[in-house]
Amino acid sequence: MTQVSTRSWGDSPEDAPPGKKAVPEGLWIRCPACSGILFRRSVENNLWVCPECQHHFRVSGEQRVKQLADPGSFEPMNADMAPMDPLNFIDLQPYKERIAAAQKKTGQNDGVQTGRAFIKGRRVILACMDFTFLGGSMGSVIGEKITLAIEAAGENNLPLVIVSASGGARMMESGFSLMQMAKTTAALARFDDQGGLFISVLTDPTTGGVTASFAMLGDVILAEPKALIGFAGPRVIQQTIRQELPEGFQRAEFLQDCGFIDRVIARSELRSEISSIIDYAGK
Amino acid sequence: MEKTNGYSTTYALAFEQPVIELDKQIASLHERQNAAEYAEELASLQANRDSLLAKLYRDLSPWDVVKVARHPDRPQTWDYINLMCRDFRELHGDRHFGDDPAIVTGFGRIGPHKVMIVGHQKGRSTQQKIDCHWGCAHPEGYRKALHKMTLAAKFGLPVVTFIDTPGAYPGLKAEERGQAEAIALNLREMSRLPTPVVAVVIGEGGSGGALGIGVADRVAMLEYAWYSVISPEGCAAILWKEANEQNNTAAAQALALTARDNLRNNLVDDVIVEPVGAAHRNPKLASDNLQNWIVEQIRDLKRFKPQTLVQRRYEKLRRIGAHSSGA
Repeated sequence: MTQVSTRSWGDSPEDAPPGKKAVPEGLWIRCPACSGILFRRSVENNLWVCPECQHHFRVSGEQRVKQLADPGSFEPMNADMAPMDPLNFIDLQPYKERIAAAQKKTGQNDGVQTGRAFIKGRRVILACMDFTFLGGSMGSVIGEKITLAIEAAGENNLPLVIVSASGGARMMESGFSLMQMAKTTAALARFDDQGGLFISVLTDPTTGGVTASFAMLGDVILAEPKALIGFAGPRVIQQTIRQELPEGFQRAEFLQDCGFIDRVIARSELRSEISSIIDYAGK
Repeated sequence: MEKTNGYSTTYALAFEQPVIELDKQIASLHERQNAAEYAEELASLQANRDSLLAKLYRDLSPWDVVKVARHPDRPQTWDYINLMCRDFRELHGDRHFGDDPAIVTGFGRIGPHKVMIVGHQKGRSTQQKIDCHWGCAHPEGYRKALHKMTLAAKFGLPVVTFIDTPGAYPGLKAEERGQAEAIALNLREMSRLPTPVVAVVIGEGGSGGALGIGVADRVAMLEYAWYSVISPEGCAAILWKEANEQNNTAAAQALALTARDNLRNNLVDDVIVEPVGAAHRNPKLASDNLQNWIVEQIRDLKRFKPQTLVQRRYEKLRRIGAHSSGA
């Protein structure tokens, strides 16, 4: 048993008072980084960051919106937009079934939430991707909602904040997915021409077609500590070069050292960082 | 890289075996001293062989199309440059880090048009293949492409791109030097390049590495090229848990990666017909077809003002997607 936080009222399950012995499953969670046993609510109250080792847990799009937007300020856009199955794609399981399962699991139509919001009183257009929905893979819905969000930011002269979390393009929409890379980046070209401010926030993991399109085109690019960020996945690279990858390869800190992101920033600082950048840009 | 030619006829795809058998019979008849006496048989064999070849290529499975697209003798960017370009002037380097031979760039004349050519090169000899990483470009390749395309736009030259890559190079150095950023930047800048841009998938159109030089006013595919978000093997390994002949066949089918599939899905604008038995059997004819298409598209696109082109390019990209309408 590893150490448990003394700050929260979470002691280890064994130490719980007799009356609360039968704690429901999931009340305690193990930190995948430090293996510490943590009281779920204390982690939740800490923005899903391990109070012991500062490991940043992956959060859903919904949780991300809650963490970033001023309370009650988020107004979703295009929330009803749902994926189709243009190729009638069937691998070991039909794509339609995969969609239905992911929708049931997440309560969302697809893997991104977009909308109007305030961050520390600044109006923004906010998009938060959801890795829990088919690995945050970008198909037509994510491409279209992101594009609509970019266009809305352009039309209303609002700063655009996109929080990425994605394994890449969605294979089951093949060419349709691939072309979302071109569509979203073309929208960003226009937004750039309009003088718009785009703050791109990269979270664990951001890889493949999302990294190689809108995620890497922020005017300012922020990343959460130790987030995996890259074009190719580590396994593919390892198979290609046939040698061990160095420690920390493709992590946020590595990308900052390589010069591809502006700043690694703790989740707790994200709101203040974003609002400050908006102020500097005069948006 | 020097001119590459000398198409071997030694490499045969499995599905071509019946044609190869007939080729052998025809050759052995030709070799006989009294070959003249067999003129009728020869003509009939030749006719059989030609119709069989045509039939085989008419009914190719998507996975077979991928194999044709990868045929070692299939013409590559350098071959098309040599076959169709007058006065090609290669331009090297990305002005930041290096020169990636996996993407060839330079001034050239195609028909009546002065253009900037940008194309993936896989390499023909073993050494070329190693230098070109089998057509998998590094970030400096994409940055070189962007630098030359920007140069073209400055002087009002149309850009012609030839896409032929299994994908962008997935390696340690490529990541360190920002593969994702390089591709992303190309997508954004190509979408607003104030000059006509035409792109043709001449062989393999592997994902972001292909799209990285593929955002254009007009996009075509050669008849036996493939274009998809992932290779059939990559897709099979992930979704079917294992890449093997059977799963690759299924994945190639599911991905709708052939030229006609992509045309049907409005992801490309045209399919350029290849010679019977594919481009490697008659590179000159393939090149002529390709050239005719390019010349015609550029002539048409030159009618538009640069800002109109960019506007129309955006509207075209904007329409791509398959989703329910959302409130």
